[in-house]
Amino acid sequence: MFSAGFLLGQVRGEEAVQTIDLGCISYGDALLRQKEQVRIVAAGGADVLFVCEHPLTITLGRKTKQENIFFPEAELVRLGYSIVKADRGGDVTLHMPGQLVAYPIIGLKRNGRDIISYLHQLEQAVVDFLESFGIVAKGDDERRGVWIGRDKVASIGIGVSRWVTFHGVAINVTNDLSAFRVIRPCGLNVRMTSVEATTGIKIDRALAVSRLTQSFQKVFVPL
Amino acid sequence: MIQLVVPDLGEGVRKVEVVAWHFTVGSSVTPDDDIVELVTDKSSFCISAPVGGVLVKIYVNEGQEVSVGTVLADIEPV
Repeated sequence: MFSAGFLLGQVRGEEAVQTIDLGCISYGDALLRQKEQVRIVAAGGADVLFVCEHPLTITLGRKTKQENIFFPEAELVRLGYSIVKADRGGDVTLHMPGQLVAYPIIGLKRNGRDIISYLHQLEQAVVDFLESFGIVAKGDDERRGVWIGRDKVASIGIGVSRWVTFHGVAINVTNDLSAFRVIRPCGLNVRMTSVEATTGIKIDRALAVSRLTQSFQKVFVPL
Repeated sequence: MIQLVVPDLGEGVRKVEVVAWHFTVGSSVTPDDDIVELVTDKSSFCISAPVGGVLVKIYVNEGQEVSVGTVLADIEPV
């Protein structure tokens, strides 16, 4: 595992596009880092991509329906799940070690002020990332996220404040998919999959972070 | 008087839901305070105060769906 604050930045012209790997960090602490960066980007600072993993955590988006959580909270806590209300769009989702979470903090004022276009860009970055492992995946305008065939590999939920994005996308890479049994992910009756489950090969975390960085830097070119 | 209006959030976004007011009528607000939160399917969007002042009127309740261009609130600049 990388230490917190590991920097994979590249400099393009006068603007730095940085990927900052926060390592395995609590959902709450990662959110604090994002909100701090939102203030910086809103004030004219450079866009940043945070990458991290979270301990086993269920997050409840603004559109969460209780019926999509199959166990009482006390039972979930007993099973080792933390539960957090999140100020993002979308329904319920789950984070855990082995799942790479990307939180782009992007100033949309200089990128067209278009949330739908931004969601497409997020999906495209994940599609490109998966392609680097030989996986054919696609986004879906009706059921947001990234899909490998009929199985879901990445979940999306974003927040925007002062036209700066936060929250983002969670990609199943090496995580234990059986942990999803306690929820209906994003409120959909779908099977979740992962990079490792699809390719059948062990995925090195450092390689995954490096490829994710490349994919995001290709899609989110500073203007 | 400054009006807070639902902005154009992107192609295809016609309706959004007001999910949370972060201030109440009579509150003082400073520039860039997030005043009200809207959601679409996969995104939440905060509208921030363009100026400092007092939030004098709220037109839309939490839970209501609104269209692009809807006036949400009035801010009296100070």
